[in-house]
Amino acid sequence: MASDFFQGWLAGGILASTPIFYAALGETVVEKAGLINLGVEGTMLVGASVGFAVSSTTGSVAVGLCAAALLGGVFNLLLGPLVVGRGANQLASGLALMFLGQGLSAYYGKAFVGTTVDGLGPLALPVLSRVPWLGPILFRQDLLVYLTVPSAIFVWYLLGRTSWGLHLRAVGEDRMVAYAAGSNTGLLRYQALALGGVLAGIGGAHLSLAIAHTWTEGITAGRGFIAVALVIFAAWSPLRVLLGALIFGGTLALQIQLQARGAEVSPFLLDMLPYLVTLAVLVQLRKASRGRMPEGLKEVFESSA
Amino acid sequence: MLALRNRSALALDAGLLAGALLLFSLLLLTSGKNPLDTYGSLLRSTLGSAYGLSEVVVKLIPLLFTALAVALPARLGLVNVGGEGQLHLGALFAASAALSLGPGTPGWLGLPAGALAGMLGGAAWAFAPALLRSLGWLNETISTLLLNYVALRVVDFFVYGALRDPGSANVPQTKAFGPGFLWPAFTGRVHVGIALGLLALALAAVLLFLTRWGYEIRAIGGNPVAAHRHGLPLAATTIAVLCAGGALAGLAGTGEIMAIQGRLRPHFSADFGYLGFLISWLAGHRPLRILVMGFLVAVIATGGDSLQLDQGLPSATVNILMALLLFVVLAREGKRGV
Repeated sequence: MASDFFQGWLAGGILASTPIFYAALGETVVEKAGLINLGVEGTMLVGASVGFAVSSTTGSVAVGLCAAALLGGVFNLLLGPLVVGRGANQLASGLALMFLGQGLSAYYGKAFVGTTVDGLGPLALPVLSRVPWLGPILFRQDLLVYLTVPSAIFVWYLLGRTSWGLHLRAVGEDRMVAYAAGSNTGLLRYQALALGGVLAGIGGAHLSLAIAHTWTEGITAGRGFIAVALVIFAAWSPLRVLLGALIFGGTLALQIQLQARGAEVSPFLLDMLPYLVTLAVLVQLRKASRGRMPEGLKEVFESSA
Repeated sequence: MLALRNRSALALDAGLLAGALLLFSLLLLTSGKNPLDTYGSLLRSTLGSAYGLSEVVVKLIPLLFTALAVALPARLGLVNVGGEGQLHLGALFAASAALSLGPGTPGWLGLPAGALAGMLGGAAWAFAPALLRSLGWLNETISTLLLNYVALRVVDFFVYGALRDPGSANVPQTKAFGPGFLWPAFTGRVHVGIALGLLALALAAVLLFLTRWGYEIRAIGGNPVAAHRHGLPLAATTIAVLCAGGALAGLAGTGEIMAIQGRLRPHFSADFGYLGFLISWLAGHRPLRILVMGFLVAVIATGGDSLQLDQGLPSATVNILMALLLFVVLAREGKRGV
C-alpha cells in the first residue's frame, strides 16, 4: 500500500513537473542573455492552445507539438522589439505579453473547449518498464518526459560549452563589453528569446496534450510564473532546473495522490504547497543564487524607480 | 525644429495606435467577426451611455488602489507584483470583520472596521516579502508574485470552510454582510470608493512630492547606497512602504466585496492586481497619470465584459487589444525609464 502510494506519487510528480521544466529551461536561456520574460505564462498558454488545436485538427500529435514550439518561439519574439529594440521596461512588457497570450489562447481556443484528444500517451520502454517498482515510474512515461534529461544536457552544453553560449552569456553579463568584443548583442538576445519561446511552447503543449488531454481557458494556472521562480531557484543552471521542476511537480502530485486516497487534508492547503515550497527553497538558497545572477538582470530589478 | 520633432513624434504615436487597432481588427476578421461591430459594441457599452460610463468608473475604483499599491513601492525601487494577493487578503480580513461583528453593526462602526481590517489584511500579506527583501534574503518581485497564488487558496480555504454560509447549499460564499458594512453608492453601482480612490491619489502625490518622508523615499529609490550612507532608514522604509502598498490593495478588495458583491465569493477579482501593475508602469508611477491610464484600462476591461454578452467572444479577448495598446505605450516610452 505504502509502496503503491510512493510509486503513484513519483510517477505523477515526474509527469507534472515536465511542463514547468521546459518553460523554466527556456527562461534560463532568456535570462542568461540578461533578459527576463515575466510573460512565460502567456507563451505556455499559446503553446498549450496551439498544440491542442493543431493536434485535434490534423490528428497528428507530432504536427501539433511542432506548431506549439514554432508559435511559442514566434510569440516570445514579440518581446524583442520592445525590450531589445526600445529598451522598454522588461517586467511590464512581460506582463503585457502574458495578457496577450491569455487573450489569444482564449479567443482561438474557444472552439476547442470541451473537446478531447488522445494526445501524447505513455510509451512503455521495452525491458526497462518491467524493472520492478522503478520501471513504471521512470519508463512508462511519454516522449516529452524522456526528453527532459537530454534537453537539460543539451541546453547546458549549448550555454556552457559552445561559442554561441559564451557570447550569449557575455551579453547577459555586460552588454557593452560583449558589443565591444564584436558580438551582435541584439541578434543574440533575439535568438535567446526564440529558443526560450520554443521550449515554453513545448511545455504548454505537454500540459494540454499529455496531462489534461483537453483545452480550458487559463489551463496553465500560474505555472509560467513558477517557471520564472524556478530559474532563480536553479541559480541559472539548466541541470538544476531539472531538480527544481521535480520538487514542484512532486508537491503537485502529492496533492493529487492524497486526494485520490481520500486523505483528510484540505485540497486548498495542499494546493498552496508548491508555491510555499518554492519560496522556502528560494530563501534557503539565497546566497548561492544571488552570486550567480547574470549582471545584466540586476539592472532590471534595480531600475524600477 | 522642436515643433517639427513633436509633430513627427505625434504622427508616430498615432500610427502605432492605428497599427494596434488594425492588428486587432485583422484578428477578428480571421474568425469571421466584423471588427467595426466589435469596436462599436466596445464603445457603446463603455463611453456611449451614462450606464456604460458608470460601469467604467466602477471598474476604475479597484484599479486606482492596486495601481497605487505598485506605484508607492516602485518609487522606492521595489517591484510589487503582489497586488492580486494583497487584494484577496484584504477582502478576506474585511469579510471576517463583518461576519464576526455581526449583521446588526451600525455604519459608524462597520464602515471603518471593514476598511481597517481590509487594509490590515493587505499589509499583512505584503509584510513577509517586505521583511525578506529588507533582510536581503529574497527579491520581492518573485515573492509577491508567488504569494498571489497562495492568497487565492487562502481565500478558497475559508470561503469553502469556516466562513461558508451553511444556508447556501451549492454556492461557496459567505453570508451576506450586514448593512452597516456596505459602502454607500453615489448613483447606480458607482460607490464611495471613487472618492476614496481620488483622495488616495491626491494623498500619494502630496506624500511623495511635498513631505520629508516622500523625499526620503525618492532619494532611496534614486540611489539606495548613497541614501543609506546619509543615514536614511533603508530597512524600515522598505517594510513601511511595501506594507502601505499592500494596505491600498487590501482596500481595493474591501471595496469590491463591500460595495459590489455584498459577500465574499471565490475569484471575485478580475485580475485587478495585475492590471494595476500595468497601469502604474504605464503611468511612470505618477499619481495623475495613473488616473488617465487607469481610465483607459478600465474602458477596455469593461468593454471586454460586453463583448462576451453581445458578440459571444470570451471576455479575455479584450486582453489582446489591451496588450497591443500596452505594447505601443511601452515602446513609445522606451528608454525614458518607465
